[in-house]
Amino acid sequence: MFMPSNFDPSQIPLVPIVFWIMTLFTVGGAIGVVSSKKLFHSGLYLVLSFFGVAGYYVLLSAGFMAVVQLMVYVGAIAILILFAVMFSRRPMAAESQANRQWWLGLPLMLVLFVVLVVTVGSVAWPVSGAEPTADTVQQLGVAFLGSYLIPFEVVSVLLSVALIGAIILARGKVEGEETN
Amino acid sequence: MMTIPLSWWLTVAAALFSIGVYGALTRKNAIGILMSIELVLNAVNINLVAFWRYIAPHDISGQVFAIVVITVAAAEAVVGLALVLAVFRRRGSAIVEELDILKQ
Repeated sequence: MFMPSNFDPSQIPLVPIVFWIMTLFTVGGAIGVVSSKKLFHSGLYLVLSFFGVAGYYVLLSAGFMAVVQLMVYVGAIAILILFAVMFSRRPMAAESQANRQWWLGLPLMLVLFVVLVVTVGSVAWPVSGAEPTADTVQQLGVAFLGSYLIPFEVVSVLLSVALIGAIILARGKVEGEETN
Repeated sequence: MMTIPLSWWLTVAAALFSIGVYGALTRKNAIGILMSIELVLNAVNINLVAFWRYIAPHDISGQVFAIVVITVAAAEAVVGLALVLAVFRRRGSAIVEELDILKQ
């Protein structure tokens, strides 16, 4: 294979390249979610977008967040949404998925984006050049069982409530039970 | 590692947030609205982790917040989809414009 003599693999700007690929996944997937005519395809684009966000977390050296993103979002939420799409009527029907106000939503979205970008650009962020310590997972565990114990327990109760609530809502009519 | 400025992350997250808001406002199907809300929550999580990495990398609070957001998002998706299924079973439709029973 042809290689230029001054080729140095360490000179490849790997991080920006990965960043732009993940941006393509994330933003392209998001555009697919909101513009796809078939609801099932929207769900598949959503998986792509979640995967791009997991790549972002790796780039931000938050490995545990990337694993959680893949397991919870790609593995659980996206599959749940795809199942719900399959339960609904005609999931592959190519019909317009936008309501009558979409022409109002488009300029609103653009104005919101411009306002956010101008705000981001006008703030002097106090960026510290420090590197994160290697044991972020251990830090997370200590934080969740130490200073963040109460939020941790509240979130656990919330998950239990959501579990029971979802079962009751989705169970449907049980034989011999009074319907209200 | 810090070759990407913080504002790039914030801009990408802003784009994801705006697209999600657009979808939540304009999708007809309730499941499509739920998908768009998940995009919005993901944008917030990117911001939280980026702030953790660039501004306070020794303080783990940013990741703690993001994990709590993910948990709440999971609970929201589960209850939301159960509601959509219950409504679909009763009304035969998940189109939010047709759910006007409280208006009658």
